[in-house]
Amino acid sequence: MTITSKISRRDFLKVSSAAGAGLVLGFYLPYRDRLLAAETDSPLDFEPNAWLKIDTDGTTTIMVAKSEMGQGVMTSLPMIVAEELDIDWATVQMVQAPAHPKKYGSQNTSGSRSVRTSWEILRKAGATGRMMLIMAAAKKWNVGIKSCYSDKGTVVHRPSGRRFTYGELVNTASKIRIPSNVSLKNPDDFRIIGKSIPRIDTPSKVNGSALYCNDVKLPDMHYATVSRCPVFGGTVKHFNADATLQSNDVVDVFEIDRGVVVLAKSTWAAIKGKRLLNVTWDEGTNRDLSSKKITQLFNKRSEKKGAVGRKDGNVEKALELSHSTLQASYEVPFQAHATMEPMSCVADVHRDDCEIWVPTQGPQSAQKVVSKLTGFPLDKIKVNVTLLGGGFGRRAFNDFVTEAVQISKKAGKPVKLIWTREDDIHHDYYRPASKHILQGGFDNNKRLIAWSHRIIAPSIIFSEYITFPIPFKEKLDRVALHGAKDLPYTIPNILIDYKMANTAIPVGWWRSVYHSQNAFANECFLDELAESAGEDPFEFRLKLLSNSPRHANVLKLAANKSGWGNPLPQGHYQGISCHESFGSFVAQVAEISINEEKGVKVHRVVCAIDCGQVINPDTVEAQVESAIAYGLTATIKSKITIKNGRVRQSNFHNFKILRMDEMPQIDVHIVSSSESPGGVGEPGLPPIAPAVANAVFAATGKRIRKLPILPKDLKTI
Amino acid sequence: MSQFTLTVNGKAHSVNVDPETPLLWILRDTLGLTGTKFGCGRGLCGACTILLDGEATRSCMTPVEYAVEMEITTIEGLSVDSKHSLQLAWIEEEVPQCGYCQSGQIMTAAALMKEKSHPTDEDINVAMRMNLCRCGTYQRIRRAIHKAAQVM
Repeated sequence: MTITSKISRRDFLKVSSAAGAGLVLGFYLPYRDRLLAAETDSPLDFEPNAWLKIDTDGTTTIMVAKSEMGQGVMTSLPMIVAEELDIDWATVQMVQAPAHPKKYGSQNTSGSRSVRTSWEILRKAGATGRMMLIMAAAKKWNVGIKSCYSDKGTVVHRPSGRRFTYGELVNTASKIRIPSNVSLKNPDDFRIIGKSIPRIDTPSKVNGSALYCNDVKLPDMHYATVSRCPVFGGTVKHFNADATLQSNDVVDVFEIDRGVVVLAKSTWAAIKGKRLLNVTWDEGTNRDLSSKKITQLFNKRSEKKGAVGRKDGNVEKALELSHSTLQASYEVPFQAHATMEPMSCVADVHRDDCEIWVPTQGPQSAQKVVSKLTGFPLDKIKVNVTLLGGGFGRRAFNDFVTEAVQISKKAGKPVKLIWTREDDIHHDYYRPASKHILQGGFDNNKRLIAWSHRIIAPSIIFSEYITFPIPFKEKLDRVALHGAKDLPYTIPNILIDYKMANTAIPVGWWRSVYHSQNAFANECFLDELAESAGEDPFEFRLKLLSNSPRHANVLKLAANKSGWGNPLPQGHYQGISCHESFGSFVAQVAEISINEEKGVKVHRVVCAIDCGQVINPDTVEAQVESAIAYGLTATIKSKITIKNGRVRQSNFHNFKILRMDEMPQIDVHIVSSSESPGGVGEPGLPPIAPAVANAVFAATGKRIRKLPILPKDLKTI
Repeated sequence: MSQFTLTVNGKAHSVNVDPETPLLWILRDTLGLTGTKFGCGRGLCGACTILLDGEATRSCMTPVEYAVEMEITTIEGLSVDSKHSLQLAWIEEEVPQCGYCQSGQIMTAAALMKEKSHPTDEDINVAMRMNLCRCGTYQRIRRAIHKAAQVM
């Protein structure tokens, strides 16, 4: 059985039939933020942003403008095309597109949306190609289409058994009109989608040949470091470069917008030259800013009502009428991204044009940045996207592109800008710190009838450095409500409000964005309510999830697979949580023990995920493992704190990240589903902090309302 | 500037560099062996791990003169055909995500396996705990080391 899908003129622009080019289909991958699209609802002009090309030798190339940062997108997207095109996976090649202002639609790689937004059209693209090849074969044989079928890169004439390879058909196919209806495969017939196909980029990542930005080398390329004011918003007062200029291989020292540049003939000379630099800073107005003051600001803001994000029933009244109520507040700190590859960019600015090599999650905004700095039109700016040594949201900002271009322009040479780890920790766009005040009320039957959640946090989208148009009403940052507004539990009276509390600390998208803070508050408070109601935390949640079957399903699966409620090894305790983000539903059970000296030891995390149709199960598992590990650093290891207007942490000795011996065993259970694909890069993260915090309560009887959970926080128990 | 002769992956190279230059930058900038990565510059993350006479060493903290007359092995020289048992196991277990730390992980694992051909979980904890991976591939690294031990 197959599913017939209508092909609209919006889906495919044209079939190119350039001589010798084979069959080329241009199509459009919608990458716009769903949320932004919903808010603005502007019709999108159709521009093809991806190509499927089949050469006369049968090689299939798919060009997609997504950045590979470890999430496996270079493999998962072609898998979808290959499935419907019915080809041998080994003949598929993936090409990373350079930035183009229009050609590829939005090239942003963020929001766990690469697969989920392109799934449907990639299937249609593959199916259309296959149909056209069948039509071409029928034409060549002069037989009916229905007597022909595809078979792994060939078309077969059923009655005679004759066979053409796709390569033999592409030139005929390219002259055929795009069919108005194509058949999509029945998911039961998938032989590529849903299989753990090895990642295309893996071999190059085990022998050192994978090319990251830091590895790019151009003729006459110079190396640059930048000394930036450690206090946010500070500027250069004056500097003395005598020692630097005497240092080996240092070529020049000069100022750019953000600080003082050391230009050198080698990376080491640039790093050493920076250490020898003596800069006096005008620390500006933020020199007294501290974590303490930010907490005070949050506390003050929390006293007043925020902009309402969700209002069901009447919470004030319900709380008044409640038989018993509970209130708790939670605090989450700033977090750094700390990608393993520090920020970098290679820029080569010429008289009339510019080329850059950059590991970015936003190639087009990088292109715009360069245009603004150089005055060159976009078509004179080539942005090559290299592999990303980790992204996690950090590389959606292109501040390092600005620096590299300013330096290359001033130096008149190709320049590789290198950030040190200290630069990276000191000048991130941090996960916003936040405060959450939650209230719950039970009626006299112990039924939860009221839930209010006030979020106090800096806004990312209302930050000065965000340049895209904000389609939201002033003061209501809907992104900050993610994971809070969409509370899945059935409670008759719900109020979610947001109080903006911006500070001078740059904030940005950090893996799962506000879901990480909001899930911590939600799921810890749920546990507190369960305790107050005298119920098991799993049963209590399950009862409230009667209208959220996918949540309920993963919750039950995680509980079941973790042996929830069964005896555990001595000293081990479990905590549970459940959260949906980016279209995927996740529940986790963390099993921990407490060590007086070392703090929380997480032994095992059982994770159930429903991310709809799975493309590559191994990638889903890998991303869940990764999200849990990333989330655990923020749960039990590190935070970013501010003193004297600057970040106190500087490198991995004081911004500690999870290590091999701290990595729990992670068991991932994927729900079999035919729903549309959900995201997988981020959804594994939000549930881990509350699952661990709830397990700490089970172990100690102490509620954790602040992250991270460090050994000293457990000593008073 | 000073002249040094270094033996890297079995080949002698003469380099003229600032004597303070850590070995990492000579490998990367001077010799073009970019598989060894810069992560922290202070020996805290292990992305720059190489073998010095078979011992896992942080090249970002190794002065060039220290490495003279020693056998330097980088990820490019671990095997001639990228088929070291660890590299094969890394592929089979689909270890890398972003991949940036993996050269260092593999070199540290190679040094471990030289000492202990069948490392226990605890051996792996001790040897690998100084190699950081922000993508959290640790569980797969552990599996890959065990797998490589089976075929060695």
